[in-house]
Amino acid sequence: MLGLAAGMFALAPWMINAAPNEATMGLVYKIYFFHMPSAWMFMVAAITSGIASARFLFLKRPSADGWALAAGELAVLFGAFTLVSGPLWARKAWGVWWVWDARLTSSLMLFMIFVAYLLLRKYGGPGSDKLGAGMALFGMANVPFIYVSVNYWRTFHPLTSVVPTLPVEMGIPLWYCVTAFTLLFIVLLRMRTRLEHQRVRVEALYLLEDES
Amino acid sequence: MRLRSLFLSICLTVVPLAAVAAAQQPSGDFVPVDETVPGEQIPALPLIATAYGFIWVGVLGYAWSIGRRLQKVESELAELESRSK
Repeated sequence: MLGLAAGMFALAPWMINAAPNEATMGLVYKIYFFHMPSAWMFMVAAITSGIASARFLFLKRPSADGWALAAGELAVLFGAFTLVSGPLWARKAWGVWWVWDARLTSSLMLFMIFVAYLLLRKYGGPGSDKLGAGMALFGMANVPFIYVSVNYWRTFHPLTSVVPTLPVEMGIPLWYCVTAFTLLFIVLLRMRTRLEHQRVRVEALYLLEDES
Repeated sequence: MRLRSLFLSICLTVVPLAAVAAAQQPSGDFVPVDETVPGEQIPALPLIATAYGFIWVGVLGYAWSIGRRLQKVESELAELESRSK
């Protein structure tokens, strides 16, 4: 799966280059092919972290905490991609780097929630896993609001109806990039979760050594 | 007499200033719209390259970081397991 994800990701620029330019935005709209999948993975990561945190908190599954932490880290990574590529597109398409509309502001809030989550997990000390799980649930609750915000509040940002109404020649590279980003997300999530589970095993062995 | 000297001083001040102002070329602060260079004001390519470059570097950097940390933890784990046997 790692090879497939890397291969698809490496071929993505050729697919995007083959897509036609957009009538009003011209060439710069091609940022969309990486911006939109990044934003989706940002939200998927937040939901994954929230669900795993709920399993950890309410079903007392210790391994779910590793998944929650891994997904939280990916939420920050894909959130950074979204929040950097978006303003680069906006500078040309809207004439400004940033507007404080509901979509952009709530996305920034979600990013900051997961940055705070990671800081809490790193420096929070004992009990930070449970407190962090609560934060991840709060982050997950933000996702539906981000998704529908463009349809309810007036903004420059494209609506959610853009994706299903895309012409085929633009839709193919977009869905190709969505697939590549999804595979990449799964690969990175599995690798990061494995790292977290192994780290927990190392800690347990050190404790065992100290006791004996 | 006073009026004549006042008129003369005004003329001596204003006429050279007006002559200098008339001799100057139009400044660049308020440029008429038909004098602007046609074409794109903000080039798209550097913005696209920055966006894609940032994502590429981010993905590769993160994958490398996980791989390195995983290698370190797994060697530590192997050492601990061999010690406990």
